[in-house]
Amino acid sequence: MADVETFREETRRWLVAHAPASMYAPLTDPDDVCWGGRKARYPADVKQWLDVMAERGWTAPTWPREYGGGGLTKQEAKVLAEEIAKLRLRPPLTGFGLSMIGPLLLQEGSEELKREHIPPIVRGQIRWCQGYSEPGAGSDLAGLQTRAVRDGDSFIVNGQKVWTSYADKADWMFLLVRTDPEAPKHSGITFLLMDMETPGVSVRPIRLISGASPFCETFLTDVRVPARNVVGRVNGGWLIAKALLGHERTMIADVFKSRDDKEKLRALARRHLGEDGGRIADPVIRDRLAQLEMDQACLDLTLARARDGAKAGHKPGPESSIFKYYGTELNQRRRSLAMEVLGPNALGWEGPGFADDELRMTRDWLRSRGNTIEGGTSEIQLNIIAKRVLGLPD
Amino acid sequence: MDLVLTEEQELLQQTVRDFVARRSSLRRIRGLRDTRDADGFSRDLWREMARLGWVGIVLPEEHGGLGLGYLELMGVMEELGRGLMPEPMISTVLLGANAILLGGSEPQRREHLPAVARGERLLAVAYQEAHSRHDPHHVETRAERAGGGWGLRGEKIQVLDGHVADRLVVSARTAGDAHAADGITLFLVRPDAAGVAIERQSRLDGRNAALVRLDDVRVDADAVVGEVNQGGTLLARLLDRATAGLTAEMLGSMSAAFEMTVEYLKTRKQFGVPIGSFQALKHRAAKVFVELELARSAVMHAHRMLDERRDDASVARAVSIAKARCSDAFMLVGDEGVQMHGGIGMTDEHDIGFFLKRARAAEMTFGDAAWHRHRVAGLDGY
Repeated sequence: MADVETFREETRRWLVAHAPASMYAPLTDPDDVCWGGRKARYPADVKQWLDVMAERGWTAPTWPREYGGGGLTKQEAKVLAEEIAKLRLRPPLTGFGLSMIGPLLLQEGSEELKREHIPPIVRGQIRWCQGYSEPGAGSDLAGLQTRAVRDGDSFIVNGQKVWTSYADKADWMFLLVRTDPEAPKHSGITFLLMDMETPGVSVRPIRLISGASPFCETFLTDVRVPARNVVGRVNGGWLIAKALLGHERTMIADVFKSRDDKEKLRALARRHLGEDGGRIADPVIRDRLAQLEMDQACLDLTLARARDGAKAGHKPGPESSIFKYYGTELNQRRRSLAMEVLGPNALGWEGPGFADDELRMTRDWLRSRGNTIEGGTSEIQLNIIAKRVLGLPD
Repeated sequence: MDLVLTEEQELLQQTVRDFVARRSSLRRIRGLRDTRDADGFSRDLWREMARLGWVGIVLPEEHGGLGLGYLELMGVMEELGRGLMPEPMISTVLLGANAILLGGSEPQRREHLPAVARGERLLAVAYQEAHSRHDPHHVETRAERAGGGWGLRGEKIQVLDGHVADRLVVSARTAGDAHAADGITLFLVRPDAAGVAIERQSRLDGRNAALVRLDDVRVDADAVVGEVNQGGTLLARLLDRATAGLTAEMLGSMSAAFEMTVEYLKTRKQFGVPIGSFQALKHRAAKVFVELELARSAVMHAHRMLDERRDDASVARAVSIAKARCSDAFMLVGDEGVQMHGGIGMTDEHDIGFFLKRARAAEMTFGDAAWHRHRVAGLDGY
């Protein structure tokens, strides 16, 4: 334990010595997130924070040193995260590289792919996006049609991807392609890495009901991808994709665990509905707010129970489906309740007469409708629970 | 404390599960109802549960208990709930013994707790009144000083196991108006004392309850449990412990009802296929499963808070979250259970109806979901 405390002390001192003053602030605007990448243009302090942390490998604290990671043990990484949280420092870098493709490559990638891709992820030089969904393959992801045909030491890729988050800002894409159209649909899929600057790739942003969005359509026309960019085996991509999907679901559920929201909604209710002896004056809204907070508490406790169970060596179950299903439904209820609390002030789209936070809540409500669709719809999660947990017949 | 059971706790729970499967059954529960059994539970089973240590599981060893924690109790209650067992754990142990353990004098503890742990004394707490709904601090029953002791006058309703209790713990107003949390005092009353009239009530779930009328019932000064006028706090504390135990019982009941329903979905055929293959039913079953998982987390957390000896407000908050969740979840399981069983689910012959009735009764016991949400909002300052 003494070692841990020494590490904590050193870490804290190092962070204080190296973090620019402006980084001691929670992220409030999504535009402030540092995603890295070739196209990124960031303020000097953000760049400085990224560079000092990346230099030490602390953008990816547990990744091996030989690929530029921090080489920390899980316990040390936990201490680092705790100290960053205590100081209220911003994360130096965020993105699919750190959260998805990096861990996957470390686990499944060839030595060559690791050497090529891991260090630029750690340093925030390359930003990744995910090419899974297609116009004809949403919930039925394995029905994807984008074709990759072998040509010498390359694949020629043709097709269309949709809902590719940040494809317009990303440098590389990891994507699923069909390499054997004759095989059963799950067995003819390959997991590929593709440079977005390859000729034949074009990207078009998608505008959502909430206004702007990170989503894009990506069109692939005779795109030549080197065969060495295959992760895992040719036609063995489905297993890899599935492993990543479980991860994505837990991540989506986690995103909605915002402590600040609770206080915000209470304060909003007091402001718009008044108080009566310390209570929110409208008993119906008060009841629904309590319901929401208590449901969130139960979800948080269930997340904690899953973590404690894993620590105690219990086999992981279908938790990610429970969290994805319930967390997203809960977030939608929260956003809807905010609209009801705002009343007529919920109707602003832009411009005068509406406060900035009200405008954002309206957009957030509209955006939240997508939570139960993206990353596997609620219905798909319920199918998974019915089949894998309850054993109900097909 | 992690939200995960230890091996010992799992082992204990398994022992209780085996006991319930071997010694009780839904047929027994049905029989108690149909024969209008005078006790409404089995004294033999109760003594055996006492011998196994479960009756005194949370009572200190110095008073004849096992001195274990609430997470151990949770396992016991969950399994009793699976079997819908009516034996008087909540009335005698969680309410009655806790009143004496948390508030009683040393002589009161010595007199009653070892007898409770041996399964030889049954207790009931008479706190609910015709106008109190879910608020235990709404007390119209009055106690006035009389000679060196007190005279009690009033009427209590749905006193759990009041018809068999060897002692009653009665809440009465000794100061303040009917709604005040202050000014309540708890008294130990003999059921055979002059002026006590006990009448058994019949409830939809077949669980045992009684009306208790007090007509100038005289008790000595040493019948007071805890401090005069301070009984409101004590009552809230023991009710929180009883409510935690009830949520564990509910968790077991709803798990059993849900398993019964899923089994039916797999075996009942219509249109030539098991009805569990229809997505309309699959999704509803999956939603119920999610509710059960969330309920289990909340129930474990409430028991953990008691074991960690957290302050009253933290315990109250955790217990209220668990009770609100279990009330809603158990009702959902009951409603869906009957619906998914179709016509047979509406018949008295099928067991699923017992769970629906118990769901409603448990929901209304110690406060329904809306009352606990109101309580949490108050505790959280909004």
